[in-house]
Amino acid sequence: MAESDTPRAPSPIDLAVRAITRRDVLKGAAAVAGIAATSGILAACSGGASPAASSAAPAGSAPAASSGGSAAASGGGASGSTSLGSNYSDDVPKKAMQAVVDAFKQKSGIDVTVNTVEHGKFQDSINSYLQGTPDDVFTWFAGHRMRFFAAQGLATDISDVWGQVGSNYADAFKTASTGDDGKQYFIPFYNYPWVIIYRKSLWSDKGYEQPKTWDDLKTLAGKMKSDGLIPIAFADKDGWPAMGTFDILNMRLNGYQFHVDLMNGKEKWSDPKVKSVFDAWKEIVPFLQTGALGRTWQDAAQSMIKKQAGMYFLGTFAGEQATNKADHDDLDFFAFPTLGTQFDSEQAIDAPIDGFMLSKAPKNPDAAKAFLEYLATGAAQGVFLASSPNNVAAAKDADTSKYSPFQQKMAEIIGASQKIAQFLDRDARPDFAGPNGMQHFLQAFLGSPDQDTTKLQGQIQSFYDSLGPES
Amino acid sequence: MANHAVEPTSSAPPAAADGAALSGAATQRRTRRRYSLLTGRDKIVLALMVGIPAVIHIGLVWLPTLGSILLSFTSWNGIGGLDRIKFVGVQNYVNLVTTYPAFWPALQHNLLWLGVFLFIATPIGIFLAVLLDKDIRGSRLYQSALYMPVVLSLAIVGFIWELQYSPDTGFINNVLHTRSSDPTFIDWLGDSSINIWAVLVAASWRHIGYIMVLYLAGLKSVDQSLKEAAAIDGANERQIFFRVVFPVLRPINIVVLVVTVIESLRAFDIAYIINRGLNGLELLSILITNNIIGEASRIGFGSAIAVVLLVISLGPILLYLTRAMREETA
Repeated sequence: MAESDTPRAPSPIDLAVRAITRRDVLKGAAAVAGIAATSGILAACSGGASPAASSAAPAGSAPAASSGGSAAASGGGASGSTSLGSNYSDDVPKKAMQAVVDAFKQKSGIDVTVNTVEHGKFQDSINSYLQGTPDDVFTWFAGHRMRFFAAQGLATDISDVWGQVGSNYADAFKTASTGDDGKQYFIPFYNYPWVIIYRKSLWSDKGYEQPKTWDDLKTLAGKMKSDGLIPIAFADKDGWPAMGTFDILNMRLNGYQFHVDLMNGKEKWSDPKVKSVFDAWKEIVPFLQTGALGRTWQDAAQSMIKKQAGMYFLGTFAGEQATNKADHDDLDFFAFPTLGTQFDSEQAIDAPIDGFMLSKAPKNPDAAKAFLEYLATGAAQGVFLASSPNNVAAAKDADTSKYSPFQQKMAEIIGASQKIAQFLDRDARPDFAGPNGMQHFLQAFLGSPDQDTTKLQGQIQSFYDSLGPES
Repeated sequence: MANHAVEPTSSAPPAAADGAALSGAATQRRTRRRYSLLTGRDKIVLALMVGIPAVIHIGLVWLPTLGSILLSFTSWNGIGGLDRIKFVGVQNYVNLVTTYPAFWPALQHNLLWLGVFLFIATPIGIFLAVLLDKDIRGSRLYQSALYMPVVLSLAIVGFIWELQYSPDTGFINNVLHTRSSDPTFIDWLGDSSINIWAVLVAASWRHIGYIMVLYLAGLKSVDQSLKEAAAIDGANERQIFFRVVFPVLRPINIVVLVVTVIESLRAFDIAYIINRGLNGLELLSILITNNIIGEASRIGFGSAIAVVLLVISLGPILLYLTRAMREETA
């Protein structure tokens, strides 16, 4: 769920073991495909006595077997098997993903081998994974993170799949799935908005009202403070949660387009508009939970759930922390208040999309694309979301009648937003957004929020400039 | 590395030095005349004994090192073939010292780590070893208790101390009854001016036990009669230790010194577990990891940091080697 890498160090041994197992699994899968292909060719009596005689490729080798597999598949619609590299490594999503794969098998007869990797490790090794022998389909994120691998030639263009499924997605999703070259590389699966979350029972006890404007928010926070509450729970030990606050203030003050241009280097971090973001942030610093740099978002969410804090601005995945159903049912949220600028009507929010991409040389492209088409249906997303109540389906034809009130509200807020951003570290280049860059700079700001941010902004810009052209 | 150690006394090819077996008496006997008397089979055996370790050593140590140094002058995101590597001169080093925000803090923290280990943790470990050597009651119990942290991996040590320091749920703040709204609240892991010290306490907790056991083993081997003789001559406890025991334990002292330096230069796990080396816990090893692993691959830049760490490591290594060489030639 986390936007960024999880705090686990992949040891070289882990990686090696993982690489071996994945390769072994693939070899096994390829061998199975090879056998299927062999019998297919023989059945079709395509002239040769055996694949070895009919082909210059060495018999029995994995590449030969797999190319045979795709040849057989192209014979009559998609068949055979394909594979999915999944970062859904926590128990619940892992089972949900298996349910999706099983439902697909039932529908199409195509087997999907799921290779699950712990999600932090998946992200840490994504570069070498995609250059090695990746699975046909892999889980990934929309935004710059998707466009980067598309531009590097590590993903296959799936515009043809979009031709089939395009009508099932809103335009914002198509934009988020489109690479720099105007082609589509990504199938959106679900997303979730960044919102202010609170406990209904606490707010009705104290008579708090949802703030509509920036001033309302500050007044409410002041009231909470005098009531002995921490007004706004806050945490940034992981480095990325504070990016959400930066994004929303930036989009409310300077607009969605400025956010996009800033993330892509077209606007400068030294711009006074960025200073206005930090200045607005300073106004609510007195209401933020102190000691944020030593606290994880889980702990901050807990302080909101335990009613020690009045509200918390985070992705709706904060709901994961309410393990007790009664607590979860008591959670409610609203979009970040407007700041009285021309961009208020945009109602831009961060609503990061998770989904799937096709690797650069899929072994069975037809089966993989059939799988991607299935993943783009509301049915597939519904199967997954049944066990993931903190996300909403990306497809239009998803069955929203099964949504909890929590999910309905999410869909409502996303629907009301005219502009949807991904998130700072999904919209900007990874070497800039990661622990080396923005995570460090935002923590430097939060460590002493009273500072004049002009100097900090200069540092951010010169760091950005030092990265050189991407690729 | 061992090459230098033997070169002055032998005319054999430098690679031969890697066969540590060829030392002492063998070295002296190995004159040109005797060497020619070796049968062909002897020569093959020798070549294998020397060649295999040499190849492994060069392949696994020297080539990667040279590779890192070469890569540090390039820009590469780790994707695509070697032809995508661009030569950028010393640009990585310039960026490192000018625009990269984490570099100077990391360098300071690495040196601080070395200093604390060298001047605080290691002396405490030695002190505890001396105390435990006195056959006090319950000596074994203390010994096991103090050694316990060493058995744990640093990653586990990181988790344990995170539970102590965590601001809201941690043991320390709960004992002190401070909440994040109190003015006395101490953010052990988030306040960038104190979290490095909090982590150093955790790291020392483990390091002290390690040094204690090493030193205790050494102390047990000291001839009791030396101490008795010194006592008869009227030396007090302190004099016995500093004038007699400490000099006798010179080989152990060097091991302890080397272990201390190595442990501080490879500091990584605890800080990485706690917050991935952000916000006050920057370390060179973590910067290398953050730059090379993951989506944000800046292979050239990460290599430049690795070279800086290599240069720092060379200091103590050269110091140790020159001493070791002097001993062998003496």
